[in-house]
Amino acid sequence: MLGALLAVLRRDLRLALRQGADSLMVVAFFVITVTLFPFGVGPEQAVLERISGGVVWVTALLAAMLSLDRLFQADYEDGSLDLLTLTPTPIVVLVVGKMIAHWLTTGLPLIIASPVLALLLHMQTDGYAVLLAAMALGTPSLSLIGGVGAALILGARRGGVLLSLLVLPLYIPILVFGVSAVEAAVMGLDAAPHLMILGALSLGGLVLCPWAAAAALKQAVE
Amino acid sequence: MSDRSPSTPSPAAPLSAATALAPDLRFEGRGLVCLRGERIVFANLDFSLGAGEALLLLGPNGSGKSSLLRLMAGLLRPMAGALAWHDGPVDDDPERHHARTRYVGHADAIKPVLTAAEILRFWAQVCAESPPSRAALDTSVADALARMGLTHLGDVPGRMLSAGQKRRLNLARLLAAPAPLWLMDEPVTALDKASVRTLEGVMADHRAQGGMIALSTHQDVDLPGARVLDLDAFGVDPLDLHPDIDADPYTSLGLAAC
Repeated sequence: MLGALLAVLRRDLRLALRQGADSLMVVAFFVITVTLFPFGVGPEQAVLERISGGVVWVTALLAAMLSLDRLFQADYEDGSLDLLTLTPTPIVVLVVGKMIAHWLTTGLPLIIASPVLALLLHMQTDGYAVLLAAMALGTPSLSLIGGVGAALILGARRGGVLLSLLVLPLYIPILVFGVSAVEAAVMGLDAAPHLMILGALSLGGLVLCPWAAAAALKQAVE
Repeated sequence: MSDRSPSTPSPAAPLSAATALAPDLRFEGRGLVCLRGERIVFANLDFSLGAGEALLLLGPNGSGKSSLLRLMAGLLRPMAGALAWHDGPVDDDPERHHARTRYVGHADAIKPVLTAAEILRFWAQVCAESPPSRAALDTSVADALARMGLTHLGDVPGRMLSAGQKRRLNLARLLAAPAPLWLMDEPVTALDKASVRTLEGVMADHRAQGGMIALSTHQDVDLPGARVLDLDAFGVDPLDLHPDIDADPYTSLGLAAC
């Protein structure tokens, strides 16, 4: 069972590596969108500092959305999804493998890029470590919840737009606690409760989301 | 049974211990009804497959050949009726059913950026019940490629393969990850004559080892002693069956309770 999960994980990572443009595009979107804000709201340091946490988080959510529609779509189109549901391993296990691969190819690059962007927005140095921790605890939820949306839109026309409508509202708790963790740190308060809730959301998602995505996939192959 | 293939035992890789063939191996369906959209594709369909037997599905386009194969694979759920192995219904243990079944559909599941050997290796890994050793995996992938005449294409990425080569690679999956029941939906599409002969040889070997095959086709495929199932005979027109009552397909077949 673990062998099949690792095989799916390895395959998806290899696919992402050889089609490197997909992952790169997500990070490029993240960087470019964040750099638009100083142009839009003006270079005033106090304003940028005030909105830095929120801007980084909102942009990270949007960047993660970009990559989600391909999560199951390619396998659905070329018939691989039919075959994946027909392996002796329950599809929910393989879904976990695909979600981990998605996190490694999009969530991880976003985490790495975020401190650089925080610097650009004049975030106070106290916030950096907490921003990194919050991203590390929050981005797995993005892949998990997003995976359910990606499975639900299979076969739909204009799936990408539908996906944002389905998934973005569900990202609100992650955004709220992600931003408040950073703000607490900047104001010198304890960020731990916010980080714990982010971790709890990811763990809860890990338990529930693969099942929901697996059920949606079974529906899609019928 | 006269359905047994006359071919001699083959050098092909034996089926793994987990899916080892019991002599009383049997896969059957009883009273199957398939509903697609609001149309009943076929109704009251029975079939039975024993070790070494083959089932040839015939019928015009839209008669339900693909639907029946997808239903046998477990991708579709029957509206009524049941599928069972000799040791219990499919629904009791879908994972066991999946371990015993290999499905070849219209789509070849070829990734453009992975090489032929990588694709085959991946499927051999995920279809195995217990993780195969690296050496065993290498051997079974190399053997499967050789048998389908793809050895020289092992390092070629999927996007460079022709339609026929993609289909052969998809068929090689049956050899790299052995299972007793092969469900093949028009497997000879895009294959040249020589490849069709190769496939016929592979299928004969599989049946000689006690494997089972259900295959749909519009072309000539040599499947000696195969039973023919004409899907056209199971089509249903509710208006013809019950001209005087409701034309609703549910009530006309007594399926209202389903």
